[in-house]
Amino acid sequence: MTGPQGATAAQARPAAAVAPPAPRTRRRRRPGRQLAELVVLLGPALLLFAGFVLLPICIAAYYGLFNWSGYGSLSDFTGLHNYRLVIDDPVFRESLLHNVIIGVLSLVIQLPISIAVALLLNRKLRGGSFLRTAVFAPYVVSQATTAVLWLLLLEPGGSVDQLMKAVGLGGLVQQWLANPTIVLYTMFAVLTWQFIGFGVILLLAGLQGIPPELRDAAGIDGASAWQTTRRIVLPLLSPTIRIWIFLSMIGSLQVFDLVWIMTLGGPADASSTMVTYMIFFGFHSLEFGYGSAAAVILFIISFVFAFLYQRFALRRDTAGALTRAVR
Amino acid sequence: MRRIRKYVAVTAAAAAALTLAACGGSGSSGGSSAAGGKVTLTWWSNANANPLLGVFQGLAKSYHASHPNVSFTYVPIQNEQYDTKIQVALQGSNPPDIFFQRGGGFMATQAKSGKLENLKPLDSKWIGELGSLAASWQVNGAQYGVPYDQHTVGFWYRKDVFARAGIASPPSTMPELEADITKLKAAGIAPIAVGSKDQWPDAFYWDYFAVRECSVATLKASVKAVSASNPCFLKAGNDLKAFMAAKPFPSAFLNTPAQVGAGSSAGLVADGKAAMELQGDWDPSVMEALAPSKKFLSDIGWFPFPSVPGAPGNSQVLLGGGDGNSCSTSAPEPACANFLAYLESATAQKMLVSTANVGLPANPAASGALTLPAEQQILQAGQHTPYIQQYFDLAYPTNVGTALDAAVADMFAGKGTPQAIVTAIDQAAARQ
Repeated sequence: MTGPQGATAAQARPAAAVAPPAPRTRRRRRPGRQLAELVVLLGPALLLFAGFVLLPICIAAYYGLFNWSGYGSLSDFTGLHNYRLVIDDPVFRESLLHNVIIGVLSLVIQLPISIAVALLLNRKLRGGSFLRTAVFAPYVVSQATTAVLWLLLLEPGGSVDQLMKAVGLGGLVQQWLANPTIVLYTMFAVLTWQFIGFGVILLLAGLQGIPPELRDAAGIDGASAWQTTRRIVLPLLSPTIRIWIFLSMIGSLQVFDLVWIMTLGGPADASSTMVTYMIFFGFHSLEFGYGSAAAVILFIISFVFAFLYQRFALRRDTAGALTRAVR
Repeated sequence: MRRIRKYVAVTAAAAAALTLAACGGSGSSGGSSAAGGKVTLTWWSNANANPLLGVFQGLAKSYHASHPNVSFTYVPIQNEQYDTKIQVALQGSNPPDIFFQRGGGFMATQAKSGKLENLKPLDSKWIGELGSLAASWQVNGAQYGVPYDQHTVGFWYRKDVFARAGIASPPSTMPELEADITKLKAAGIAPIAVGSKDQWPDAFYWDYFAVRECSVATLKASVKAVSASNPCFLKAGNDLKAFMAAKPFPSAFLNTPAQVGAGSSAGLVADGKAAMELQGDWDPSVMEALAPSKKFLSDIGWFPFPSVPGAPGNSQVLLGGGDGNSCSTSAPEPACANFLAYLESATAQKMLVSTANVGLPANPAASGALTLPAEQQILQAGQHTPYIQQYFDLAYPTNVGTALDAAVADMFAGKGTPQAIVTAIDQAAARQ
């Protein structure tokens, strides 16, 4: 704000020199124009947000107060009964636990792999762009296609089993999707296959924003490659990592497509998630009131997580970017 | 800052008002039109693939030829999407005139919309000719739908595979079936395929044990009361548990679909990888699409669910159901009901049976069109039975039916108990 333009303005109007020039310019803008700008720029987005986010949330919360099969009028008011039933249902709790397990495994397994692959691909490698494309390719494929693909690969006696037998790991072959004790981990493996590329690309973008001079300087100071990565690269990459964690956790809470196509949440709810639970009761079982209650609970859990994460983890990243505009 | 907040609030309020205004409008999902005595019937069906798609479209065309004032708009909808779409349409203001119907509790749940036409006052003669079959498509005496075919569940088995395991004839009692399972396993053959991923094939087993353990009067009263409190239902679960102890299913059956792909239960039997499966009479037509050749049709046989020694229920009672259609209250009448009557005519029924392989015809006059000997056998079993119990997951209201399927599926996965099945039914019924 101390550039030549600010200096010129201060010299021309010495009376206003006490106030910084930029806010003064903003204050002078006509309110009518500001309103028009807001309506044009914010209006469509707000309209869509209200129609497709806020309104459905309110309607779902309202439906959750009724015992309703989806037919006829909403006449059987049950208050918070549906909400209590959902929270007390062991299957819902199990589904929530599955979401948490997927989230924790993402942090423990997907994140280190993503960072390692991103660090590797950030180097000048022969065929680097091909490798980048190859790593990212599964993310581009739709979840439905991924599900059908892996359903075929994981069939009993299918390609995965045959490959394992061919390399001498036949003893480890499992009923990947039929064994209730391992089906959730199979799902996680497929999710990892699909989403690792997204993490890698995100982190690569973050890595490329780190000035190479810092690493060079560390090298001149005698830091080893590991020390440079540990002390320079990873701290500078942490805003990107925090964003990845945020997206990954929200994604973990909302896992649906892949599970629904591959296992329908089974066997015996062993791979169910909160969304498969909601869809099962809402659309399959025609208990729209109950399903809506489950949807609202899922929303609250996601919202609280997102709010707390924004408040405590992302604050330092977004403080300047998001809060200055309205100050 | 405050002013900006005010503008944002104004814009948000405008957006909300516009949203609410948009929600106040009405959509259009089809519906009828009548001008100068001419009507167009919108027909939603889950028959979205040949041969049934072609047969239905052909029947609509031939009906139009003989009744030029009646035209059709046929809307094929994928089966798994159908239930959601029809629910939205019936809850909306413009439902289709004719729509596919599954009957039972599914239909009773739909009847709550008040949009299902009672066909009885329009013309009861052709409905009466369908006999007890049509009677089971009533809700509180109102005929909200009519079936165009009927289904029976029983064991489809491979005669050649049975012979390979040294089994001379199909079992008629549960101990005989268990002995055959042992023989098949000894011969290295998977005894029974089951599509547990879809859950409803698992429920066939519990359903049939209930049919064997409960009297016909109890079955009827329990469906009517939406209850499984009679002790015979608990016995059914115990029977199922004992049967499961024989480990009759192949490995990985828990994620085996019923009808999709060569790895499905139907595909396994068609390919000879499993000896039998408990399925509806439509199974050969499913297998036909999955089998490498049609040769298996000559190897396939059928036997009814075996009797359970000591069980008080009538061992000739069958489990079954049917597919049909309903008219909506907004459909032009009598055009809609007359077309449903046409679908029950011997001509239409023969086409449905011989070309579309729908299973057993609703009208017995078309039974001559059944080609497989096994199908004639099923027809005879149907003629000798005192009662056909509709699959419980459809006979009960939808939410109770799905709770039943899920509880039985839990038991197949080694997680549930006989009591848990009964409890699941009663708890879901309490949410009615």
